[in-house]
Amino acid sequence: MNGFDLSAILRNPEYTAMLLHGIEMTFVIYIGSWLLAMTLALLLLCIRFSPLRFGDRAVAAYVSYHRNVPTLVQLMLWYFGIFTLFPAGLTSWLAAHNAETIFAVIGLGLCQAAYFSEDLRSGLRSVSPGQMEAAKALGHSYISAMRFVIMPQGVRNALPPLINHSVSLFKNSSLAIVIGASELTHAVKEVENLSFRTFEIYLIGTVLYLFFSLLIMGAGAYLSMRADPARSARA
Amino acid sequence: MINDVIAIIQDYWLLLLIGQYPNGPLGGLANTLILSALSIALAFPVSILLALARLSKWRLLRWPVTGLVYVTRGVPLLMLILWSYFLVPLWTGADVPSFVTMLTTLVVYQGAFLSEVVRAGIVALGSGQMDAARALGHSSLGAMRFIILPQALYNMIPSIISTFVSTIKDTTLGYVINVPDLTFAASQVNNQLLTQPFQVFFILAVVYYAICWSLTHVANIVERRITRRRAGLSGDAAPVELVPAKIISEQL
Repeated sequence: MNGFDLSAILRNPEYTAMLLHGIEMTFVIYIGSWLLAMTLALLLLCIRFSPLRFGDRAVAAYVSYHRNVPTLVQLMLWYFGIFTLFPAGLTSWLAAHNAETIFAVIGLGLCQAAYFSEDLRSGLRSVSPGQMEAAKALGHSYISAMRFVIMPQGVRNALPPLINHSVSLFKNSSLAIVIGASELTHAVKEVENLSFRTFEIYLIGTVLYLFFSLLIMGAGAYLSMRADPARSARA
Repeated sequence: MINDVIAIIQDYWLLLLIGQYPNGPLGGLANTLILSALSIALAFPVSILLALARLSKWRLLRWPVTGLVYVTRGVPLLMLILWSYFLVPLWTGADVPSFVTMLTTLVVYQGAFLSEVVRAGIVALGSGQMDAARALGHSSLGAMRFIILPQALYNMIPSIISTFVSTIKDTTLGYVINVPDLTFAASQVNNQLLTQPFQVFFILAVVYYAICWSLTHVANIVERRITRRRAGLSGDAAPVELVPAKIISEQL
């Protein structure tokens, strides 16, 4: 193979179209699973904080399963296993509507919900119980105390792990290649197979992933800074 | 459903446990565990060196290592595996088994992550330890070797166990380059049976769950014991924070 030549890939409209499609699908999977995970995490959190003992155990089991089984195995179980148990009508509908992407979103989202809910829970638990008592003494109802006193502090405490796990989720979106979703890693492999410029295309893929990861980390750092009460007090 | 699962285990337990070992390469669960243990054993010294380099006062040492850690944190493990799959045979000029490729990747990846744990452990000790050691006549390296690292590494034992757990989970990615591990064995079973994918992958998930859950449990017990000991054996002392909460946690 001739020497190092990035432009051989970047100037080729076919390859750049593949890469752009890969980026697009990666973000579809990332944003879809992030939203699913956050919604579920809030739901799990509500069950955890409700007085039901059974609910608490069920959530603990959910979290334990998703944290102790590799994400890849969870995805395989969803796509190769549970998919086949669905009724035939649903299966064919899904197969016609990009089942790989849908299952990547479901698998990653359900897995990530366990991490998000634990982050939020430990954030909320770090708010001292005196805060709730004080809020109630000042005439807040339970809901409004949660909304105006506990949640703002708890979410702020939970931000650093939430940001870390959001970055992990972005990186884990690459696992969708195993079930055949056409995301960025898949695009990189495809361009490699067509162009035989392994070094160049891997470099492009790595730089792209690194760029977006750092972007998410940076956005998270900005958010943490905005949420810092010391800063708001100064402003 | 349950009967199917039991039948699969009865027929294929040896394949899932050791792969095609006597007639082929070692595989299955045994290989997963060997691969994880080897990568942690090799990543551990690497991580100490990386952490010391990141805490060094020489920029020439600090900056490249900081860059390496950031790259490793920002790029999916899958991408790193593809890199080693491409680079390791290129550099060594030999036909490298996928096991070695995976091992190399995991050593770099976990070395970078563990180095953050080691660094946080050293920083959490506070500068007083180093000052006191220097005042007692230790050299900078001597203080590191005899005062700082023994304490920091002792506090880190739970983190090392949880890194071992995530390494076990990471080894599943070897599936992409056909490392003969547990996941690979399960997909072989699935390819032979064809009709019971759910049961096969269910068994796979249960096995991983059992291993990782018990190791996490061990890590928690060890952590509690260490916290008690650091608190000076008096049961009611305030809990000591071993490693700062903002530590980078890795998840797969």
